Amino acid sequence: MSLFEVENLVVEFQTAAGPFRAVDGVSMKVNAGEVLAIVGESGSGKSVSMLAAMGLLPWTAKVTADKLQFNGIDLLGLSASDRRKIVGKDIAMIFQEPVASLNPCFTVGFQIEEVLRIHLGLDKKARRARAIELFDLVGIPNPAERLSHFPHQMSGGQCQRVMIAIALSCNPKLLIADEPTTALDVTIQKQILDLLMRLQAEHGMGLIIITHNMGVVAETADRVIVQYKGRKIEEADVLSLFEAPKSEYTRALLSALPDNATGDRLPTIAEFLSDDQIFAGAVR
Amino acid sequence: MLRFIFGRLAVLIPTFIGVSIIAFSFIRLLPGDPVMLMSGERVMSPERHAQIMTDLGLDRPIYIQYFDYLVNLLHGDFGSSIVTKRAVLTDFMQLFPATIELSLCAIILAVALGVPAGVLAAVKRGTWLDQTLMGTALVGYSMPIFWWGLLLVIFFSGYLGWTPVSGRISLMYFFPQVTGFMLIDSLISGQAGAFKSAVTYLILPTIVLATIPLAVIARQTRSAMLEVLGEDYVRTARSKGLSPFRVIGVHALRNALIPVITTIGLQVGVLLAGAILTETIFSWPGIGKWMVDSVFKRDYQVVQGGLMLIAAVIMIVNLIVDVLYGFINPRIRH
Amino acid sequence: MAVVEIKTTTPPTGLAEFWFYFSRNKGAVIGLVVFTIILVLAIFAPIVTPHSPSIQNRDVLLLPPALSAGGQWTYLLGTDAVGRDILSRLIYGARFSLFIGLVVVTLSVISGVLVGLVAGYFRGRTDTIIMRVMDIILAFPSLLLALVLVAVLGPGLLNAMIAISLVNLPHFVRLTRAAVMSERTKDYVIASRVAGAGTLRLMFLTILPNCLAPLIVQATLAFSAAILDAAALGFLGMGAQPPTPEWGTMLAEAREFIQRAWWVVTFPGLAILITVLAINLMGDGLRDALDPKLKRS
Repeated sequence: MSLFEVENLVVEFQTAAGPFRAVDGVSMKVNAGEVLAIVGESGSGKSVSMLAAMGLLPWTAKVTADKLQFNGIDLLGLSASDRRKIVGKDIAMIFQEPVASLNPCFTVGFQIEEVLRIHLGLDKKARRARAIELFDLVGIPNPAERLSHFPHQMSGGQCQRVMIAIALSCNPKLLIADEPTTALDVTIQKQILDLLMRLQAEHGMGLIIITHNMGVVAETADRVIVQYKGRKIEEADVLSLFEAPKSEYTRALLSALPDNATGDRLPTIAEFLSDDQIFAGAVR
Repeated sequence: MLRFIFGRLAVLIPTFIGVSIIAFSFIRLLPGDPVMLMSGERVMSPERHAQIMTDLGLDRPIYIQYFDYLVNLLHGDFGSSIVTKRAVLTDFMQLFPATIELSLCAIILAVALGVPAGVLAAVKRGTWLDQTLMGTALVGYSMPIFWWGLLLVIFFSGYLGWTPVSGRISLMYFFPQVTGFMLIDSLISGQAGAFKSAVTYLILPTIVLATIPLAVIARQTRSAMLEVLGEDYVRTARSKGLSPFRVIGVHALRNALIPVITTIGLQVGVLLAGAILTETIFSWPGIGKWMVDSVFKRDYQVVQGGLMLIAAVIMIVNLIVDVLYGFINPRIRH
Repeated sequence: MAVVEIKTTTPPTGLAEFWFYFSRNKGAVIGLVVFTIILVLAIFAPIVTPHSPSIQNRDVLLLPPALSAGGQWTYLLGTDAVGRDILSRLIYGARFSLFIGLVVVTLSVISGVLVGLVAGYFRGRTDTIIMRVMDIILAFPSLLLALVLVAVLGPGLLNAMIAISLVNLPHFVRLTRAAVMSERTKDYVIASRVAGAGTLRLMFLTILPNCLAPLIVQATLAFSAAILDAAALGFLGMGAQPPTPEWGTMLAEAREFIQRAWWVVTFPGLAILITVLAINLMGDGLRDALDPKLKRS
């Protein structure tokens, strides 16, 4: 039984111009200890599908699926309070802008300890000890001191480490990382990715990485899903995808690296592949 | 942090001087003879006129007069009332607690009702609840409060007979004014029914005075909340599996309150302006009514002194609010 | 799988775009309609009113409104203590209120924008001095300052308008200054300056048009606040003097009748409320329509 299973997920938003389908029939499976990368351009619906699974979308979104299961539990049928027992504890998520994702009015210590209190019911001393342990785990120097700092006093990389610490605090079975390194310096990017991979291996978690960067995919993933405008175009293990991509769109993505440019302009995918052609070439 | 406070204080001094110049110029800009205006006497012989001119220092150059005025201010001498014959400062200190009591009750009511209303409207954005709350707020903010007070008096005091029309407490109670706050003094006095009486006299004026600040605070809270609810850290809070109450009441509200505190601070000026009208309607013996009466009675020393004192109070309150804001917003504190 | 058709038409621009966003706010449209009605009534007052606002009729002192016992249909909203028709007085009162609003806003906006432009553009000591002066004005509660000013200048409508304009000045100065300061560092301004535009041209033709949106919204709110302030001064006896049919002054005269003639008190205040509410509704609609951040996808 897979850890996380989605079948035919559809997410529709109510907009002023009518309903808009951000995710149109996406399916995927993640097993324990596996790393899945979801890759695609902006607007491909990669983040929305994960937010939908976590129940983090606004009320204007309508989420339907044939199957949305985590650890054998049907997420669709769950009541809000039951879902809250799982989210943040067994499934955790980290986001793209680490500094903005932390509450500017509270210390980072407060923000990690509240998860420990609410999900694990630890007392004050235990919380503090565990918080220091977690900060140490993610490589934050002087963890005891850092607990009383505010997010704006820390760098982007450090804030992302805090976010990872918060996400790991209850030993989740599945971690979803939404563009975790996109907003960080290049040198820090590598550090954070290495950290994520190490933690994933040590804890045996399932990890879903959402990214638009094929380099990140190559470094981290076991399997890859390629999405375009809300639909899945291809799914394969990472080696096969890079060596022998089956869909034209994937080939176009792989060739759309600045290194491959010839002439004066970088070619865009839209110039030689229309939406219909992309969808038609989807490999299920 | 201390640097922040000193910075604010430094700005205060030129403002204070400017305010004193305006207050000083006030009597000298009035039409008519300043001697007659300041002494309040209608008829006087030329000798008396010359006498008073020397007494009041009106024969000296204008900048010396201003300097004297400033020195007097710093010694606490704001002039004397023609009507009560007492120092303006004395009258002010006697009447100010009544206005403070009314204003405090009004701002507490405005915050206690306005903030939850704003939060609720933001969370239930677009629903009929949101539109009703904000519609009511808009009406409250468009209301001429002197008319609103009259209407409430007609209905609650006249028609229903539930509340009194004027004053701070029923005439049958008499006890020493220890603090000047009727609510506290009536409790201390130990007289049966005194506290209840003080409360019934306070209800309508508080509602009238609180109306505009309540409406403004509700609207501001809603818009601050809406901005905050769209922020990334609110999404993080939800992703931690926290209950909606905690997400909104702790994570969101704390951030939304920051701009709202500034608004609440700005309402002090509105409150004092509103107090002028409210105290007039309810014959509430505070400084608002005192100022209006003094303008009519041509008790110009009081108007000049009162102006200075009220401006000083507002500047001090603004300073306190600024400091409070610095405390609450961690980005400034560190 | 159904593919959803999203209609794409060219979006409207300019005035049409503005109207599109404004008209979506039902309250704002209602406000506009009500305001227009009041405006028309005020302009055509001599034709529209059933009676003269100043003629006293001893036979109909303190007549209740038409629908109550003892009322007459010729005096729809009743009469006051000296037999004047309330409805006619209210309609003439609209003239005063709208006129006051217009004059105050014009004075405040023109002087406030000029001062704010200077402060925001030149910065340095000019800016500091100007802002200190504005702080001084703001140190006084608005009504108190207006009251004292009127005491100095003498009670009356004109002086009330001057006083209220002065009290409103700092708000426009601050607004303009903030807008100018944020626009002045933008690329298009620097480009203009590099191209040789002079100071006046930069201030008025380049920067000012881009600061208009918040100014328009503030002007609308100042309009309604001016009406309220003028009525408050009238109520306190320092604004328009009796027998002028200004709404606030009418309320002051009516105070002694709250027990026996509720209509003399209710209707003038209601007139103020409806007018101010209509203008504020329009102001809200204007803010939503002009604020680019709120443009919907």
